[in-house]
Order: sequence, then structure tokens, then C-alpha cells
Amino acid sequence: MGTVFSFVVRDPSPAVDEALHAAVARLHAIDARFSPYRADSEVSRIAHGESALADASPELVEVMARCAEIEALTGGWFSPYPEGRLDPSGWVKGWAVEQACELLCEAGSTEHCVNGGGDVQSVGGPWRIGVADPFRPGELASVLVGRDLVVATSGTAERGAHILDPRTGEAPTGLLSLTLVSSGPARLAHTDACATAAFAMGAEQGLAWAGRQPDLEALAILPDPALPKRATSGFLRYAV
Amino acid sequence: MRRAIVTTTATAAGVVLLLSLKPHGQTASAQAPVISSGSDTSSTNSTTSTNSSGSGAGGSAAASPSAGPSSSTKAVGGSSGTSTKASYTGQAVDTRYGPVQVRIDVSGGRISKIDVLQYPDEMQRDQDINSYALPVLNQEALSAQSAQIDSVSGATYTSDGYTQSLQSALDQAGLK
Repeated sequence: MGTVFSFVVRDPSPAVDEALHAAVARLHAIDARFSPYRADSEVSRIAHGESALADASPELVEVMARCAEIEALTGGWFSPYPEGRLDPSGWVKGWAVEQACELLCEAGSTEHCVNGGGDVQSVGGPWRIGVADPFRPGELASVLVGRDLVVATSGTAERGAHILDPRTGEAPTGLLSLTLVSSGPARLAHTDACATAAFAMGAEQGLAWAGRQPDLEALAILPDPALPKRATSGFLRYAV
Repeated sequence: MRRAIVTTTATAAGVVLLLSLKPHGQTASAQAPVISSGSDTSSTNSTTSTNSSGSGAGGSAAASPSAGPSSSTKAVGGSSGTSTKASYTGQAVDTRYGPVQVRIDVSGGRISKIDVLQYPDEMQRDQDINSYALPVLNQEALSAQSAQIDSVSGATYTSDGYTQSLQSALDQAGLK
């Protein structure tokens, strides 16, 4: 991973302040167990054959179960083995953000928004979440507004294994970025993993697939600035 | 692992947590044009070194000791108007793709602008990625302080060097 997590809390209090630090500690703990970039993480040890998945921690077993659900839902376009080696990051990052939100909620916060590397879970609101424009650095392609808004973007700017087509090992073409929007508590891991899969599917199939999901809307930015952005029919109810 | 940074504004508390996870080798990189984000476009920056390694030039605020997850959440903002402005240049951090270095402008205890002074651009693909991903990271870091947008969604690539350099600049600024 190696990314930036940011928190916005609209209802700060001493208890929430404490929860922020607990959330930070929780993120570090998740990183220590699941990072594919740390040689001593559980995921790395299994990926390198030093440990068996059969002996995995309950936490990793749970993550693998969720990954399997997304893999089935997406017809194999999401995989916890994106390069043939264990790497459930595509689920873990969003799940880590959800955990941070949960700690803030338990401390009494009802108004916060957590961003993990460009993927956002918000609680309360309404919140205004910008979608970065791949063609105009520093500008926004769209602004989404809603309560409990969840926004995840996959794109060619990601340099991670998880944007490869798990079927071919190749980078997908036909899309610059694909954003999925949803709403509700603890929705980011699901939404983010689905964004990864839909991006890998490409523009036509990805949009069609997202359109069939009852709880997801999509915005696709194509690789040519002359081409219009495309979205699923329900996307506009989130857009400003 | 590194540090948590907390900035607080009058209406919202924002935290930027930097997770720096990826091991990296060292590669050379050409000097790249500056990528900038933020509302402040005036040029009051001190001269900065773009050579790799070492602390960059900075303002006069005391450097902050590193803060771990157990550090206090300290309000540093909330003021507005005519506060002094200073800029701080983070360390150039080597990543597997090349060095990354950022500079921040701080005004009234808040980050008003982030410039990316160095980033890898050896290949066309690097340029394409960086010209998108680095502004997204800047937007993320600044968005908690914006009245218009609460957060920014965008695909970002691993940003180890960015987060380390930003942390180093924030330490110099005494923001945490």
C-alpha cells in the first residue's frame, strides 16, 4: 500500500480524539498483518511459502472469505491472488477504513469521513466528495453529495497488482478511471473491491456490470478527453 | 511505522495519517517540473534545494519531535487572516521509481499549498501516472481544510516517498 489516510471529523470531542489515535493504531496493526510489502507480515509469509494458509489467523481467514464472495460476485474479475500470489490488498484497504470509522462511531462520532488512498467512507453528512479528473491534474471530474456516502476509484494511475486482469495478468485497457459510489455504513471494502473488478472488465462490461448491482452506481472516464464521461443511470442522483 | 499528523480547523478536525509501507530501492531521476496544489499561488517560498537527501530549506518554526499514534491531537489552526506564512521543504525521499520531494506552505497554522518538487519521470508512463497521482495526493492532504470539498476520490499509486517527504516538511513546520 504505502498511502495516505486522512480523517475529517465534524463532531470532535475528547472521546473521539482518543478514538482517532486508536484508529491510527488499528491501521498500523492491519498494515503489519496484511501488507504485501512487509516481509514479516502474515500475508507475505504465506505468499512466500513460509507459512500455510491453513494456519492463518482468524482475521485473515475472515478476509479471505470476504474476498471469495467478491470473486464470485464479479465472476472472477476480483481475486485475492492478482499475480498468482496471495495479496488481498484490494479488500483490505477499504476494510481498514471501515474499521477506523467503526472506532470513531463507537466513541460517539456521527459525523466523520475517512479517506484511504483515494477511497472514501463517510458517516453522517451530507458530505461533498470530489472525484479527481485524470485529464486535469488538481481538478475534479465530478462532485458527489450524499449522506453516508461511499466512493472508490480504480484507475491506471494505480501502480498496484490489483489493477491487472486476474485472468490474463495484463493491465486492462479502455478506461482511465472508474469510480463506484454507494451509501451506507461499512460499504467501502465491498465498493472498492467491486471498483477494482469493474475497472479490470473495461468500459462496456464494467459499466454494464455495475448497472446490474442494486447498490452501486458508476462513473467511467475514458482514455480520450474528446470522449464523454459515461455513467450508470442512477449516478446522477449523487452528482452535483 | 511513522507518525500521525493532526491538523485542526475551526469547523473540522482533520488528520492525515501517513502509512509508509513499501520498501524501495534507489534510482536516478531527472528533475521534473513542480506539481502544485493549493489556493495560495503567491511566491514567498524560501529558496529550496532540489538535490536529493538531507533536510531542505525551511522557515523558522521549531521542528516538531516525531509523534506516534499515542501523541496528542493538537489543535494548530483555527486562526484566520493575517497570520505569518512560511514554507518548509521536506526531505527528498528515494523510492523504487526515483526521488520524491514536497514543499508545503503554512499560513495561520494550516497547510495552504503543497508543491511536489521532485518526482520520478524517467518514462512516459511515469509522467502520465505522476501528473495525475501526485495532484490527487495533494488534494487529499488539503481537502480536509477546504470548505467546498470534504475529501477526494482518485486512483493513487504507492506514495511512500510522498508521505515521507510530507511528514518531514510537517515536522519542520511544527504541525502535527
